[in-house]
Amino acid sequence: MTKWLETHLPKMVLAPSFIAVLVFVYGFIAWTAWVSLTRSRLLPKYEIEGFIQYERLFASPRWDTAINNLFIFGALFIIIAMVLGLLLAILLDQKIRTEGMIRTIYLYPMALSMIVTGTAWKWILNPGLGIQATVRSWGFENFSFDWLVNPDFAIYTIVLAAVWQSSGFVMALFLAGLRSVDEEIIKAAQVDGIPTWRIYSAIIIPSMGPIFMSAFIVLAHLAIKSFDLVIALTGGGPGYATDLPATYMYAMAFSRGDIGQAASSAMIMMLVVFTIVVPYLYSELRAKND
Amino acid sequence: MKRTAFAAVSAFALMASNVAVAEPQAEVLHWWTSGGEAKSVAVLQEEFSSKGGTWTDMPVAGGGGDAAMTALRARVLSGNAPTAVQLKGPAIQEWYEEGVLADISAVADANGWADVLPESIASHMKCEGTWCAAPVNVHRIDWIWANASVLEANGITMPTTWDEFNAAADTLLAAGVIPLAHGGQAWQDATVFEAVALGVLGPDGFKKAFVDLDTDTLTSDGMVAVFDQMRKMRGYVDENFSGRDWNLATAMVMNGEAAFQIMGDWAKGEFLAAGKVPGEDFLCQSTPGDGFLYNVDSFAMFTVDGDDKKAGQDLLAELIVGQNFQKVFNLNKGSIPARIDVALDDFDSCAHTSSADMKASSEGGSLLPSYAHGMALRGAQAGAITDVVTAHFNSDMSSADAVQMLAEGVANSM
Repeated sequence: MTKWLETHLPKMVLAPSFIAVLVFVYGFIAWTAWVSLTRSRLLPKYEIEGFIQYERLFASPRWDTAINNLFIFGALFIIIAMVLGLLLAILLDQKIRTEGMIRTIYLYPMALSMIVTGTAWKWILNPGLGIQATVRSWGFENFSFDWLVNPDFAIYTIVLAAVWQSSGFVMALFLAGLRSVDEEIIKAAQVDGIPTWRIYSAIIIPSMGPIFMSAFIVLAHLAIKSFDLVIALTGGGPGYATDLPATYMYAMAFSRGDIGQAASSAMIMMLVVFTIVVPYLYSELRAKND
Repeated sequence: MKRTAFAAVSAFALMASNVAVAEPQAEVLHWWTSGGEAKSVAVLQEEFSSKGGTWTDMPVAGGGGDAAMTALRARVLSGNAPTAVQLKGPAIQEWYEEGVLADISAVADANGWADVLPESIASHMKCEGTWCAAPVNVHRIDWIWANASVLEANGITMPTTWDEFNAAADTLLAAGVIPLAHGGQAWQDATVFEAVALGVLGPDGFKKAFVDLDTDTLTSDGMVAVFDQMRKMRGYVDENFSGRDWNLATAMVMNGEAAFQIMGDWAKGEFLAAGKVPGEDFLCQSTPGDGFLYNVDSFAMFTVDGDDKKAGQDLLAELIVGQNFQKVFNLNKGSIPARIDVALDDFDSCAHTSSADMKASSEGGSLLPSYAHGMALRGAQAGAITDVVTAHFNSDMSSADAVQMLAEGVANSM
């Protein structure tokens, strides 16, 4: 009896969560895929009609904008947050006196919800209320900073707020990475008289590969599922200039009663995530097998 | 275990007692949760209770009804629909097609609804000939509100054509006043757009374009002219308009920062709440052009099981269209009663104008549903039009391109 328990207990303990994941993740992915092939409007229908929803999706200029925005926002957000985070981490790594306090200050934005960040930045960037109005009140009457209300630039305000929110977190990740590099190697390099920037660029940063990868994965999925920040900061506007796939999907599913359209956009979002995550998983698994 | 057993027994007891007396029961899903609206619903609730009914309130706030619709979807899918749901326009027909709406023709016929409701409004309340919803109020969309003293100071009268409006706006711009108070949210862009479209295309053109979705009208020169006028309107708006809420825009008119606002008659509630007097402090007039765009709130009746619930549904329908509720509710909300035989003595002058115009346009066939407020079209089509309107208003897109996109967007949304 005890032997039977010993062999089967782990499976029994894991079974509920396994079943939950099977149903609530893969089951619902399959359900969404099914619905995306139907003409569902207000309520889901189950007669398959082919790829009509995908045709409609790709014919929609609003979806074009949303996908373009995702790439602009995603690329800029990930790159800037990582560069800024790394820079901050390196500066903090110089054994300065008030490191604990500074680290907390930079990490604090992470403690705010995206809604708060978005609302605060909305006021800061509002031309009649925030930076532009302030600088003009100092006497620079021609100063203009109207990105928030300019459809060509509004997406960059979202990058700005998202970077502000997340770069402290990336900094903390990198700081942990910097500290985990073997002190002996660094000391050996210092003895050899190698300049500090060379130590960083040739020894420390290359040995932090896994940290870069985790930072990238965390930021990438933050970018793809970004929703609350857009809602709070621009509401998708001006017009639909700052729509992202997630806000498009929400509008279709909950405001317009077009569930088929929402399902097809959700499937495309999932494909985007897969194209990023699958190579990562593949390389991870291969590394373990080697 | 004990507790569930107790709950089961008491639930059974409750059920048994209900069946015995068939006391009217109603569960009402709505999103009237803010000040004046909540007060208005409370009136209905009291009336319902005084007739011996039990009212279960199910307010779901948020997202202009989006949250309530999500809740409704979940309830219907689980086979447990509420008695009555705040729904309007084509959404009623959409739910009817899902086969979940009840027939309340008996109540409607007994109370003579057909005689007291304007025909085009009554048509929204019918599902294939049977009554399935009860109208609450009529909001007029095509209003232009103005600050009386700002107009006087600049020697301007209320415009009766769009050319007059443009001339007035140019004068105001030169005088350093913001001509048009506006909030850059998609539905507000759409509200201005449909007022302009009604004026430029005329009632017939408006009906062809936004009710029948006639491609020729959507791509006509008239539609190009509508977008041209929208481009002009963009110039009359201040630069901080993006994302502004409508009531803040109303406040700009109130304190003289801006001269005009184009908004439905819920804006009147803001003026009145601030102690302003219609005709003296602020002016109300229909936007240039003929016709009347309505937005009618209503309660759709869902299929429910049990005599007590059916009794509640019938009582509720009767009370909603009853004289008393129609009057009290609309006094609170700023709209006018849907039935035309309610005495308007307690209403203000704007409501009198609205009511007279509704009767006249109903007879003249120019009483039209608002597209921007979900009365004329289903969500997907109305959304496709709004996407183009707001994209055009917020960029430098040409009118010809906008018209092209409009036709493509509408075709793609089918």
